[in-house]
Amino acid sequence: MTRNEAASDTLVIGGGVVGAALAWGLARAGERVTVLDDGDIVLRASRGNFGLVWVQSKGANMFDYARWTRRSADLWPEFAAMIGEETDLDLAYEKPGGMHFMLSETELEAARARNFAMKDVTGPDDYGAEIVDRHELDKIFPGLGPDVIGGSYGHHDGHVNPLKLLRGLHIAMEARGVRYVSNARVESVAKDGAGFAAETAKGRFSAAKVVLAAGHGTTELAPALGLDMPLRPEKGQILVTERCATRLLPMPTHVLRQTDEGTVLIGDSHENTGYSTASYTPVLTDIARHALRCFPALAALKVVRSWGCVRVLSPDGCPVYHASETCPGAFAIACHSGVTLAAAHAMELAGVIASGSFGDRFAAFHPRRFSHAQAH
Amino acid sequence: MPKRIETGGATVTFTFDGRPVTAIAGDSVASALAAAGITRLRDSVVSGAPRGIHCMMGACFDCLVEIDGIPNRQACMTLAAEGMTVRAQQGAVSVSEGGRA
Amino acid sequence: MRSVDVVVIGAGPAGMSCAVEASAAGLSVLVLDENPAPGGQIWRGIETATERRGRILGPDYGAGRTVAQAFRASKADYLPSALVWNISTEKVVEYSHRGASHQVQAGAVVSATGAFERPNPLPGWTLPGVTTVGALQILLKSAGLVEEDAVLVGSGPLLWLMAAQLVDAGVPPKAVVETTPKGRVLAALRHLPRALRARDYLWKGLALMRRVKAAGVPVHSHATGIRIEGKDQAEAVSFAANGRRVRIESGHIALHHGVVPNQQVTRLMRAEHVWDASQMCFRPVLSDMGETSVAGLFVAGDGTGIGGAKAAALQGRLLGLRLAARAGRSVAPERIERLSAGLAREGSVRPFLEALYAPPAWINAPEDATIVCRCEEITAGQVRAAVDLGAPGPNQVKSYLRSGMGPCQGRVCGLLVSQIIAAKRGLPPQKDDYYRIRPPMKPLPLTELAAYRPEGAK
Ligand SMILES: Cc1cc2nc3c(=O)[nH]c(=O)nc-3n(C[C@H](O)[C@H](O)[C@H](O)COP(=O)(O)OP(=O)(O)OC[C@H]3O[C@@H](n4cnc5c(N)ncnc54)[C@H](O)[C@@H]3O)c2cc1C
Repeated sequence: MTRNEAASDTLVIGGGVVGAALAWGLARAGERVTVLDDGDIVLRASRGNFGLVWVQSKGANMFDYARWTRRSADLWPEFAAMIGEETDLDLAYEKPGGMHFMLSETELEAARARNFAMKDVTGPDDYGAEIVDRHELDKIFPGLGPDVIGGSYGHHDGHVNPLKLLRGLHIAMEARGVRYVSNARVESVAKDGAGFAAETAKGRFSAAKVVLAAGHGTTELAPALGLDMPLRPEKGQILVTERCATRLLPMPTHVLRQTDEGTVLIGDSHENTGYSTASYTPVLTDIARHALRCFPALAALKVVRSWGCVRVLSPDGCPVYHASETCPGAFAIACHSGVTLAAAHAMELAGVIASGSFGDRFAAFHPRRFSHAQAH
Repeated sequence: MPKRIETGGATVTFTFDGRPVTAIAGDSVASALAAAGITRLRDSVVSGAPRGIHCMMGACFDCLVEIDGIPNRQACMTLAAEGMTVRAQQGAVSVSEGGRA
Repeated sequence: MRSVDVVVIGAGPAGMSCAVEASAAGLSVLVLDENPAPGGQIWRGIETATERRGRILGPDYGAGRTVAQAFRASKADYLPSALVWNISTEKVVEYSHRGASHQVQAGAVVSATGAFERPNPLPGWTLPGVTTVGALQILLKSAGLVEEDAVLVGSGPLLWLMAAQLVDAGVPPKAVVETTPKGRVLAALRHLPRALRARDYLWKGLALMRRVKAAGVPVHSHATGIRIEGKDQAEAVSFAANGRRVRIESGHIALHHGVVPNQQVTRLMRAEHVWDASQMCFRPVLSDMGETSVAGLFVAGDGTGIGGAKAAALQGRLLGLRLAARAGRSVAPERIERLSAGLAREGSVRPFLEALYAPPAWINAPEDATIVCRCEEITAGQVRAAVDLGAPGPNQVKSYLRSGMGPCQGRVCGLLVSQIIAAKRGLPPQKDDYYRIRPPMKPLPLTELAAYRPEGAK
């Protein structure tokens, strides 16, 4: 089957939360966009993540990332409202703040030090994370386990139903004229005359610009466009309980989150098992034990399912945004925390890409930082 | 209407929403409830629609009931026992602070 | 960790027979079954059924007694009320028993988990009072319970068997509403010569129909447009037959459109499957020996494709012998040959039955407003809209809608969703068009998971 599609302004490769947010943003900026996505069973972090819109602790090693994360968190309410309006789908976004439970003095001290180091990162005393003691925690989380000695509360943290986010983005981008083509794995993409062309099982697609936003699929496609995407896989496993009518958690925490449907997500692990998403029960039992230590009330619930999903991580864990120097008009965007960054991607990064170049923005996210690190 | 094809034999008694239900040897909670003419076992978690037994072989999870304080148990996969407290469910489970359903 | 040569999952005809042969040949065998007693679905309650029940259920049911006795007498270790909830690629089988989870290392895993009834997504099918026909039969087998004035709706041998058993129990159904489309008999006839090799099945089938009709049970043929009416409880079923609409009042409507392989174990282990166009279901791809694409995972019985109880028992025995031979035990080749020949004979009637009782196409193509995922209450129309949005397959549909995310984990809607998506694409379902199954295979208390210390846990 070959089909020569009418040229678009921009091809977005990858229909996960990063690609879809950019496609929606590009369409909002007036572009004609085609999104090419892979099939049903592929690595797709956007389907297996925890749904946190999380600011605290992000970018402790790169303040530009901390500021960018905060920018996104600030944009999230408006972003969620817009998607909600355009789709009639409530993304279940909430911003009650978020808690990171600490189970040891060492953990608590590290959090205290980090919060202090970052305190001025977005302006004097504006970081918005503070250490709370057990006494205060008890007021917020009745029924907390005895092993929790304190927590770090982030004022700017929140959460969203990530599956509704992905669906909402897909509906909203199509409503704005974006063409979404699934089961169209891009085998290769290259410069083609003044623009770019991508080869897929569903034919050849071309456009003036191309954005690689294919998660781990980006690594392979990038070199042909003079792009560099050093990414590594890291597996996270998550448990989910049956629906619970009781609101157990007034706010999301870094390992426990109650969804709008009532289920409780229990995360998560950090496993170096390559690109495998296979379940591994010894880790699931560790996750279960940790959750019950934090919150014994969960003892009443059953686990309905678990899953494993592969994080899209750069060597330093921060985003990699690359505008090709050798093929202007080609971009590659990859990050962990694509849910958190969805608002900034949709409402700011997309506009910059629409302009055709990064200009002087996002220098900190350039992949050259990794070759420097190696050189020194 | 449900009807037993044989009579006699040992029985056990449990309650469903407080009302006594008699079960015979081999009865699951679901079959004993069916024999007692009780068809509505719960209200669904999304729309609150009434549900009862459907597959009787542990596949469909429609016969979920609370048994001895533990919700969402498959009535068709649980043998009826003397003194059980069985309750119908309304929507999703509720949990108390102490971790009791 | 405990280690055994063979873990058999399921103590139905296939599982019991496999365990009997493998253990007799000297292999260590552990049989795990979620149910409290052996027999599986077909021979449910076989050790406890009263004489009266036995008479109603007939000699095919009674045949299970001998198998169950042989199983009990065998050296196979049998653990009832044990729910297998995960199997690792290394064939570590994890199961829940009396509130605690355990693990056992298997040399080979035999999935003998049988079949489910095909879902019957009809308007009103979620109402209390609507069960499967299989559910009616389980009530009879395990509890001696029958429904008076039930209406049986659907197609397939089990529909007639159940109707006849209700007649024999003195509570004939209020009606049998057959959905087999016109022309099926003709289509099936070309398989008749081969089917004659197993003619006893055909005679039995005809005898059942005669018995039901002789009892004066009204039989409606070629019914379509079935709707179950009622507010909080089934009150009536209506349908079109012979060019007019019929309405029959009843508080118990039993539905049946054949059975399909239970794929939970084989999908959990990521074994390869194919779409079986004749049986309209997926089945695992198997070697001649019964091994899936996952080394060491075997399937016997209806999980391989629907063959019935006799075939399941033969398959189980055959697999037991082959596993023994593979492990270097001495097995007389004639025994394998004899069982293989018996199995071939059993199989000869299937093409005829499959052609005759192929479910009507509409049962897999529900109306937009009809619920397909009973747990999360997702309609066929929502699934179709998700495909229009661009969902490449069932797993994306699941993420969009939550279909298959409820406690049944897609056991009921999985096949339907695959078929609805395929119909939208205009192609048969592709081999991977099914929900990814993940542990735990059935909901497990969080406390039980936390208390469980498998090797490798902190
Ligand atoms: C366990 C876990 C928990 C997480 N929790 C959070 C959280 O709480 N908050 C948060 O903000 N983030 C979280 N994340 C991270 C977040 O999920 C990711 O950052 C985000 O989903 C990345 O989106 P993506 O679109 O880049 O990648 P993906 O979602 O992986 O999407 C990539 C897409 O590209 C397609 N593709 C790949 N190759 C090709 C090709 N050649 N041609 C066409 N298409 C292709 C794929 O099919 C896929 O659809 C978590 C991740 C994991 C694994």
